[in-house]
Amino acid sequence: MQIYLPIAEVSVNAFLLLGLGGIVGVLSGMFGVGGGFLMTPLLFFIGIPPAVAVATEANQIVASSFSGVLAHLKRKTVDLRMGTVLLIGGLVGSGLGIIIFNYLKAMGQVELLVQLCYVVFLGMIGTLMFFESLKAIRKSKKAGGVSVPTRRKHNWVHNLPFKMKFRVSGLYISVIPPLIVGVLVGVLAAIMGVGGGFIMVPAMIYLLGMPTKVVVGTSLFQIIFVTAFTTMLHATTNFTVDIVLAVLLLVGGVIGAQIGTRIGVKMKAEQLRIWLAIMVLAVCGKLAFDLLVMPSELFSLGTGGH
Amino acid sequence: MIRLLVLFLLIAAPVKAEEIVLGLSRDQVSITATFEGSEILIFGAIKRDAPIRTDSDLGVIVTVAGPDMPVTVRKKDRRLGIWVNTESVDVDVAPTFYAVATNRPLTEILTFTEDLNTRISTQRAIRSVGATVDSAETFTEALIRIRANQGLYQTLPTGVLVQEESLFRTLIPLPANLTEGDYKAEIYLTRGGEIVDLYTTTIPVKKVGLERWLYNLAHENAFLYGLMSLSIAIAAGWGASAIFTVLRR
Repeated sequence: MQIYLPIAEVSVNAFLLLGLGGIVGVLSGMFGVGGGFLMTPLLFFIGIPPAVAVATEANQIVASSFSGVLAHLKRKTVDLRMGTVLLIGGLVGSGLGIIIFNYLKAMGQVELLVQLCYVVFLGMIGTLMFFESLKAIRKSKKAGGVSVPTRRKHNWVHNLPFKMKFRVSGLYISVIPPLIVGVLVGVLAAIMGVGGGFIMVPAMIYLLGMPTKVVVGTSLFQIIFVTAFTTMLHATTNFTVDIVLAVLLLVGGVIGAQIGTRIGVKMKAEQLRIWLAIMVLAVCGKLAFDLLVMPSELFSLGTGGH
Repeated sequence: MIRLLVLFLLIAAPVKAEEIVLGLSRDQVSITATFEGSEILIFGAIKRDAPIRTDSDLGVIVTVAGPDMPVTVRKKDRRLGIWVNTESVDVDVAPTFYAVATNRPLTEILTFTEDLNTRISTQRAIRSVGATVDSAETFTEALIRIRANQGLYQTLPTGVLVQEESLFRTLIPLPANLTEGDYKAEIYLTRGGEIVDLYTTTIPVKKVGLERWLYNLAHENAFLYGLMSLSIAIAAGWGASAIFTVLRR
């Protein structure tokens, strides 16, 4: 069934969108990621204009993270205070990101920027995760499945001023690092149309030293507000949020996420992480390939304007 | 007396020898939620006062043009190993849709000068005045090529069927990715490459129903539209979590 998207102004197959939403939903449920980093490139591939794909994906992430954060609130695994600090940084970053996005759009380089961001970040995160989980698998085999808890190390992060107590995370650290992490993730969310969980989660664990159990819930909490803010900015400055597209992706996504969560429970954490790493690297590889190989059509059209 | 009659005939001469009478299969194209593209049947007859001319060939040209809009054509080049947009040309006027259907190849039934004046061929329908790049033609060629691949620019050299030198009809396919606006349909009648009659009509292409409403809301009430998108997202997220909690019990 073909459906005409009022804002994207293209006609696409509704079942294709439901299916894409579903598959990405399953993956995001399995791995506990938003899935934006997979969905946005997929939307490019099926011919949705990049500006619409990025803005609409931000709106879809609001839905999936809201669904996720409710479960975490029940389990009390959300550090609201840390989330708020990250959020303040995130809103600033999101505003900056939109300014950069619109500036480059006028220059005709927005596609390049989005692709480069994807290649760099997916490549980095994918590689790190791949080796980290490979090491974890080896270690768990040696230790017979029992992992030895390591003592939290004190690094330069703990010597900065403006210290604050984060009770849920059990931390007493400066607000500067979380603010910076928030800003960075906000910029990326606006430019790449992603929630940024795949960057924030490692940053929270390795940089801020937060306990793993509160990391996912807290990042989801922050992501809801940052992506909601991004959606509003895109909707009011670029008019590129396509609500019909968002609804189709949502329906597939929320159902897929619930199925994915169930599959995820049955798999080992290290195995899950290694598959996620491979997937991230595959998307990265495809995008890098497109940048490096001579395109079949050298010319492209943009909306006019001087 | 005879002189007076000749003079009278000369004054009356502007009555055309051949004239177009037109019909359209539809006078409006509506873009609905399930719009998959469409087609317009343009048909008509040639009205004559005199017997059919045999001295020159009859040409029928049907053009359908979407609203004009400026467009930027960008070219990729290899920089530091990756392909990035470098040069660009701003095309001042380019129809968002353009179809030329003729009963025979355009160059056979339209002279070069007539094409220059009327801008019938696709190359002439596009105007880029302020192009500063040397190879501006390759950019307009690229524009035509890209839009032709999307079904937006069409050249149908035998698209018009002419019967008995007086009835003609053509089917113009409209792709799904149409831009809204007034589409101008023009039918030219030529003899020996010269235009003898022209008939112009407009076919509005409009989003209707939900599509119309959403598009207007997104542009005129962007803040409200954004809030609506967010509330749908929140409701869906909450709904999904609530439904699956119930199912789990």
